[in-house]
Amino acid sequence: MSEPPLLEVAGLVTSFETEQGLLRAVDGVSFSVAKGQTLGIVGESGCGKSVTAMSIIQLLPQPAGKILGGQVLFHGQNLLGLGDSAMRRIRGAKIGVVFQEPMTALNPVHRIGRQLSETFRLHSKMSKREAWDASIEMLRLVRIPSPEERISDYPHQLSGGMRQRVVIAIALACRPDLLIADEPTTALDVTVQAQILDLMKRLQAEMGMGIILITHDLGVIAESCDEVVVMYAGRVVERAPVRELFAQPRHAYTRGLLASIPRLDAPRKSRLATIPGRVAGLDEVVSGCRFCQRMGRTPSTGKNRPPFLEIAPGHWVEACPLCYDE
Amino acid sequence: MTNDPAEPLLSVRDLKVHFPVRSGVFLRQTGVVHAVDGVSLDIGHGETLGLVGESGCGKSTLGKGIVRLEKPTSGSVRFRGFDIAPLHGSLLRDMRREMQMVFQDPADSLNARHSVRAIIEEPYIVHKLGTAKQRRMWVDEALEKVGLGSSAGERFAFEFSGGQRQRIGIARAIALKPKLIICDEPVSALDVSVQSQVINLLLDLQQDMGLSYLFIAHDLAVVKHVSDRVAVMYLGKIVELAGADAIYQNPRHAYTKALLAAIPEPDPAQRRPRALLEGDVPSPINPPAGSAFGHRIGHPRYQESIGMDLSLREISPGHFVAADPCCLTEEDFNLVRAGG
Repeated sequence: MSEPPLLEVAGLVTSFETEQGLLRAVDGVSFSVAKGQTLGIVGESGCGKSVTAMSIIQLLPQPAGKILGGQVLFHGQNLLGLGDSAMRRIRGAKIGVVFQEPMTALNPVHRIGRQLSETFRLHSKMSKREAWDASIEMLRLVRIPSPEERISDYPHQLSGGMRQRVVIAIALACRPDLLIADEPTTALDVTVQAQILDLMKRLQAEMGMGIILITHDLGVIAESCDEVVVMYAGRVVERAPVRELFAQPRHAYTRGLLASIPRLDAPRKSRLATIPGRVAGLDEVVSGCRFCQRMGRTPSTGKNRPPFLEIAPGHWVEACPLCYDE
Repeated sequence: MTNDPAEPLLSVRDLKVHFPVRSGVFLRQTGVVHAVDGVSLDIGHGETLGLVGESGCGKSTLGKGIVRLEKPTSGSVRFRGFDIAPLHGSLLRDMRREMQMVFQDPADSLNARHSVRAIIEEPYIVHKLGTAKQRRMWVDEALEKVGLGSSAGERFAFEFSGGQRQRIGIARAIALKPKLIICDEPVSALDVSVQSQVINLLLDLQQDMGLSYLFIAHDLAVVKHVSDRVAVMYLGKIVELAGADAIYQNPRHAYTKALLAAIPEPDPAQRRPRALLEGDVPSPINPPAGSAFGHRIGHPRYQESIGMDLSLREISPGHFVAADPCCLTEEDFNLVRAGG
C-alpha cells in the first residue's frame, strides 16, 4: 500500500439513546473513498445512510447520538479521537457538506455573500474584501448568473436550484478534499437535478475531491458514482463498483431494489416487482440477517450476523445463505 | 347526469385558475398568478391520464381546480356530461362522491387524532350513507381492498409506515366508490420498494373498480408506467398531450424533449451526458407574452411567437402539441400550421 485512501470507515457503530433503550442506527459499516472518486450510499429511509455521514463529520444530534466503535480514518488520521475544536477545523475546510434542503442549510436573514465569505474568513486569513471577491468567484464557479448582483440576495430570493448551488459553493469554498452530499438533488426537479449533478461532476474533475453521495435514487447512483454501498437496516449488505452492482447484483435486497424501479422500457401497466413487508424499525431489528427478517423467514445463520465476503475483486456481499445468490 | 360511454368521463375546457397577488399595507392587488392558464383535457372511463411538469407549473392546482378544492376563475369542467364548475353547496358535495383525491404526503392529509376507522368512515357520514353497522362493514371492505386488513381500523394513522399510510389515504378515496381519483404525487414521498407496492395497488384497483385516474407526478418513469395518455404542462399550460408510448418515443415539443433527456439513465453501462436545460421555471405572476419555453431558452423566434395562437393542434392522430415556433422543428411547425 503506497498511500492510504482519502477516507476509510471501518466497523463504524453509531447508536442513539432513546426511550426504547440504546438503538444501533449504524451497525458495523465499512467502506473507503479515494481521491477523485465518487462513492454512492443507497438505501431506503431509516437504513442509516445519513447517520453514517453525520458520524463521519461528528454532527450527530446531541446528547442522544453516540459513536460506539470503529474508525474513521481521514488521510490516515482517526477523526473519532479528535476533540471538538480540531473537528471544527476539518469540517468546512477539509470536508464540505451539502444537505438535501438548501433552505435549512442557509440562514434566511443573512445575504448569501455574508454566509459565503464567512466560510473563507473562518478557515483562512482573508480580509473582508478578499473574502467577498473570493465569494463572487465561487458563485461564478457554481454557475450562478451575474454573481456580482446575486451575492447581495437573501436565500428566499433564489430558486431551489440556485440555493443548492450556493450551498455547494459554501461547501467547496475552502477546496475540501472530501465532499459529503446527503440527498443533494432530492428536493429538486429532474431538470435541475441534472444541472446540479453535472455541476458536482465538473467541480470534481477540476478540484479532484472525493465525494460521498447519499441518495435513495438508483438513477442518480447509476449516473454519477464509481462505487456503491447498499445499506439495509444499519448494515452494508453489498458493496461493488457501479457497473458490476447494476449488472450482477448478488444480494436479494439489491436485486429487489433494482427490480422495483419502473423503467421507461418496461411494458406499461405491468405489475412492478416489490419487496414484501417494510423496513423494520431500529427497535425491532434482529442480530441475525435483517433482510430475512423482512421476508418473514427464519435466518439460516440464526442469531449470528452473516459474514461479509469479498466474492470478486472489490465486490462484497453480506453472505446470508438465503439472501446471497451465488 | 348521463352515462353515455361515448362521452368522456371528465372533460375540461379552457380552465383557468388565477390567484391575486396582494401586497402593501392595504393589500392592494398588485398582480395575478396564472397558475392554470387555459387547460383543456379529457379523461375517458377507466383511463389514466398522466400529468407531468416541473414544480410550479400548476399541475397540482389543475388537479385541485377539477375537484373544486380551488375555485376556477373561468372555463368549464364537465363530469359525466354535467358542468360542475358553477356548482356549490349540496350539489357540489354530491358530485364529490364520484371524484376523490389522493395526496402526496399521507401524514399531512390524515387526521392524527382519529382512528383509521374514523378517517375512512368520515366520507360515509358526510354523505349520510348507511347505518353504523353497514358503515363498519364498508370500512372493513375498503381496508381489505388496499391490503391492510380490517384490524388496522382500530389503530391511528401515525402508527403506520409511509407506505401503509398512503394505503389508508387510498382506502378513504375509494370508500365512496368514485369514478375518478386525482392522484397528486401519490408515491413521490415513498421509498422505491414501497412505491412499487402502491403503484401495483393503484393498478389493481383500477382494474377491479373501473377507476379513472388523473395521475400527477414529476417522476417521468412512474408516470409512463401507469398512464394511457400523458399531458406535459409548462407554466400553466399543456404543451403536449399524447399516448404514453408516443410521448416517450416520439416527443415533438422541445420542453418534453428536455424533460425526457433529464431522466437519469438507470444503467451505468449506458451512461451518457445528460442534455442540460438551463434556468428554472419562470414566474407565473408575469408569464412571458409569447412562448413561455421559448423565452426560457432564449429562442431567436421568441419575438415572432408573441401574439401568435399557441394552442394545441393535432400533429398526428391523438397526438397534440402547442403550435409554437420556438419549440417545434421547422417541419413539425409547418405541419401543425397547415393542419390547424
